[in-house]
Amino acid sequence: MTAPVLPRSVGTPLARVDAREKVMGQARYAYEHHAEGMAYCHPVQATIASGEVQDVDASEALACEGVLAVIWAENAPALGDAGDDELALFQSRSVAYRGQIVGAVVAESLEIARDAAGLVRVAYDERPHDVMLRAEHPELYAPEKVNPSFPNETGRGDPDGAIAAAAVSVDETFTTPAFHNNPMEPHATVAVWEHGGLTLYDSTQGASGVASTIAKLFELEPAQVRVISPHVGGGFGSKGLPRPSVVLAAIAARVVERAVKVATTRQQMFAYTGYRTPTIQRLRLAADAEGRLQAISHEASEQTSRLKEYAEQTAICSRWMYAAPNRRTAHRLVALDVPTPSWLRAPGECPGMYALESAMDELAVAAGVDPIELRIANEPEVHPENGSRFSSRNLVACLRQGAERFGWERRGEPGGRRDGRWLHGMGVAASTYPAYQMPSQAAVRIRHDGGYVVRIAAADIGTGARTALTQIAADALEVPLEQVVVRIGDSGFPRASVAGGSSGTASWGTAIVLACRALREQLAEHGGEVPADGLEATAGTAEFLKSREQLARYAFGAQFADVRVDASSGEVRVSRMLGVFAAGRIINPRTARSQLIGGMTMGISMALHEESVMDAAYGDFVNKDLAQYHIAACADIEQIDAHWIDETDDELNPMGSKGIGEIGIVGTAAAVANAVFNATGRRVRDLPIRLDRVLAS
Amino acid sequence: MRPFAYERATDAAAAVALAGGAEGARYLAGGTNLVDLMKLEVETPELLVDVRDLGMDAIEPGEGGGLRVGAGVTNSALAADRAVRERYPMLAQALLAGASGQLRNVATVGGNLLQRTRCAYFQDVTKPCNKRRPGSGCPAREGEHRNLAVLGHSQACVATHPSDMAVALAAIGATVRVVGPRGERTIPIPGLHRLPGDEPERDTVLEPGELIVAVELPALPMAGRPAYRKVRDRASYAFAVVSVAVAVELEDGAVRDCRIALGGLAHVPWRAERAEAALRGAVPGEDAFGAAADAELAAAEPLRDNAFKVPLTRNVLVSTLAEVCA
Repeated sequence: MTAPVLPRSVGTPLARVDAREKVMGQARYAYEHHAEGMAYCHPVQATIASGEVQDVDASEALACEGVLAVIWAENAPALGDAGDDELALFQSRSVAYRGQIVGAVVAESLEIARDAAGLVRVAYDERPHDVMLRAEHPELYAPEKVNPSFPNETGRGDPDGAIAAAAVSVDETFTTPAFHNNPMEPHATVAVWEHGGLTLYDSTQGASGVASTIAKLFELEPAQVRVISPHVGGGFGSKGLPRPSVVLAAIAARVVERAVKVATTRQQMFAYTGYRTPTIQRLRLAADAEGRLQAISHEASEQTSRLKEYAEQTAICSRWMYAAPNRRTAHRLVALDVPTPSWLRAPGECPGMYALESAMDELAVAAGVDPIELRIANEPEVHPENGSRFSSRNLVACLRQGAERFGWERRGEPGGRRDGRWLHGMGVAASTYPAYQMPSQAAVRIRHDGGYVVRIAAADIGTGARTALTQIAADALEVPLEQVVVRIGDSGFPRASVAGGSSGTASWGTAIVLACRALREQLAEHGGEVPADGLEATAGTAEFLKSREQLARYAFGAQFADVRVDASSGEVRVSRMLGVFAAGRIINPRTARSQLIGGMTMGISMALHEESVMDAAYGDFVNKDLAQYHIAACADIEQIDAHWIDETDDELNPMGSKGIGEIGIVGTAAAVANAVFNATGRRVRDLPIRLDRVLAS
Repeated sequence: MRPFAYERATDAAAAVALAGGAEGARYLAGGTNLVDLMKLEVETPELLVDVRDLGMDAIEPGEGGGLRVGAGVTNSALAADRAVRERYPMLAQALLAGASGQLRNVATVGGNLLQRTRCAYFQDVTKPCNKRRPGSGCPAREGEHRNLAVLGHSQACVATHPSDMAVALAAIGATVRVVGPRGERTIPIPGLHRLPGDEPERDTVLEPGELIVAVELPALPMAGRPAYRKVRDRASYAFAVVSVAVAVELEDGAVRDCRIALGGLAHVPWRAERAEAALRGAVPGEDAFGAAADAELAAAEPLRDNAFKVPLTRNVLVSTLAEVCA
């Protein structure tokens, strides 16, 4: 294992290094980049959910003053294969979902492009569509792998037999609706064909990945595509992979031979920038009379589109959370005429832990055991499926510390606490997220004046990554922060992994530490003297990652909710929420707290508000704006707090860090749902916990 | 966005003259709903007549001890007005239950009354909607209608009126002053908004070119207790699933008079006259409140996914009446 970094700046609540730039409006986001002779592109979206484009009549649109081109399958440039049919824009006439891009207008202004897009007449051969996920759908099948490459099914022992024979059991179905990521900044791209290649100012979570994919599509050398994304206004996974909007910008710019801007509208984000699949999850738990688990069975049904197989890894959390001799996890998928689902903050763990942790609460009730004690009684010694040692596992400490901080002992019997119209209740749920780390490279240079510049194609999507990486670099170099500048968001920099899987800080930080150490060695070879033209070192983490022992590396946490439910209306409000996490060393407590309470806020939102409603007749999501797609408003978040335990884990990376971007949203919805049960004695097993569902349950 | 002409009027007569009764003209005040609808191309006006400079921003004593509120008064200003807070607290509550602080700072009283339904199909020009394109059909009836009407809807339209303020005004029995190409007139609330019938494209009885210049509130002593309750899917910035505005006058242990209006249930702010009639003379209590609610809700015709609104309204009306009469 590589030696740990001695923390100096790491662990301090440094304010964001780019805060001033952002507050002053000087931080430029994708759409704010300009080039000579800018043109604008607006897509034409399919108004059928399944079929073929028969013909496009562009005459009216082309007649508009300022319209430069109308693009569709018949006149679009041919693209190479990037292995993602969602990106094969205009390569066929086939329509896989309502809202898919089937044409586009390029014009002198955004207004003209948008107006003319409405004048493009598209004739279709329409086929009947099938857009509704249901548990008994005849076309459900077992995908080979689930996202990104986990086996679909795992099993051990005889869960069915154990459940049939158990003293206490739970067998319930939980559902979650489709959720949309909705980062504040919609997807945007400025595409410029220049210097014999393509420059994209793009709102992305991974500049290196976009550059590779776009190079394949346009049959360019990777070095001919440069993706620049210094600032990104959120992504939550929806910018983790290139979306059709970036391909559209590049196509349009090639067709009109000018720089082109594409801005995605909020409504368009409900069609082609990804979302979390709805899930139907059957949870079966069996325990002895003391609550010791004898079996865990977690089966999830979910959807994908006809363009691409995306199988959310919903049930995998049940592979490592609790000990039980008999176990099963499985996923079933159906391809429907729907938009392509994709990553949304903690894909898999987020919906899966809602179901598992709700079922655990039901088991606690059935066994007459406190839900915290139930979880502690089922702590595994090693990974319950593969026997690996945990590099660190502090779920119990999170539960214990959280219970004390939250005042768990004041929790009453279900339906027991009433104050006027309001029924009060408390709930708890565990959180977990894998401590992923992906290969990345970094370069660091020392100038003759002693200043250091780190370069890495990492992304700061509002998380504070730029700040945390600056702290890591300073400590690795053992110099004051002021001497270090970290430059990110450019595919021209050393290749970095995507800002996803809560892996950014660990993956990129390790690359930076290795590069910094290499530079210090070089510097030592120069007797500590910096040559006139400086010194530079680069390093990658592939070898380091291969050399690590195979361990079970996960972060854990415990979330507590105190809710009130209006007995007359069924309205649920969260009075108090606490999360306690064990996620290795926390690099920056200020931005970490922001990540954790941000995730928890999103979890409350998932529990109570968020829901993308599929229109069976038309095949699109009906509520496609933020007035209709409810997220938690400020008034919905009353008291919220996050703490963490000092977890030392030397088997992760030189910083000793696990990721914190996603764990905050994992388990929150279950904690809220469990609190609603404690308040009312009613169990709502379908998210969101709307007032009508509370009244009906 | 489609090109349009923009004119700024300096008095009501000039505004009416500019609009000229043309179908393609729209008055623009706060623009919080109209401009959104223009972006969606639900509204494609040829002419916007800006009415923000008409001096309609005063709140003055009205006839018989009431208040006269200029149509250009912002929602924030009306909610903050001392006379409103003291004499019509349910109106202040209703206003503050609506939208967000930023929206209330620009949205006006006249515009609030005339805002359009938030039915998803009305707002999506790629789908049919009888309100937007008469005769094209109503996908909401079989589609997404969880928060649409249970009272007074028609085959053609199941939309709801989204305003909170209008529900309080319906309970108070306010009237609107209107200036139009054919002169001035006064229209009561309820009465301004219409049920959809087979003309859902008409939200109100206003004729093309008519401009609301003021809202008049009659003196109503029993409105002196705050009693606007809004049930919604999140704590703020959501339209009502159901709302109730209630005023009760008790005498000798019985209800002498009362006002009840309901929101989120119909194409209009729904004055619950049957419930009022049932409650008058009754001894306040759970039974009387329940009977009043049942009298009104007997006419409910819920759709597939909004039947919950009927028992929900009953619950909320009963508990609000209980609080007001306590």
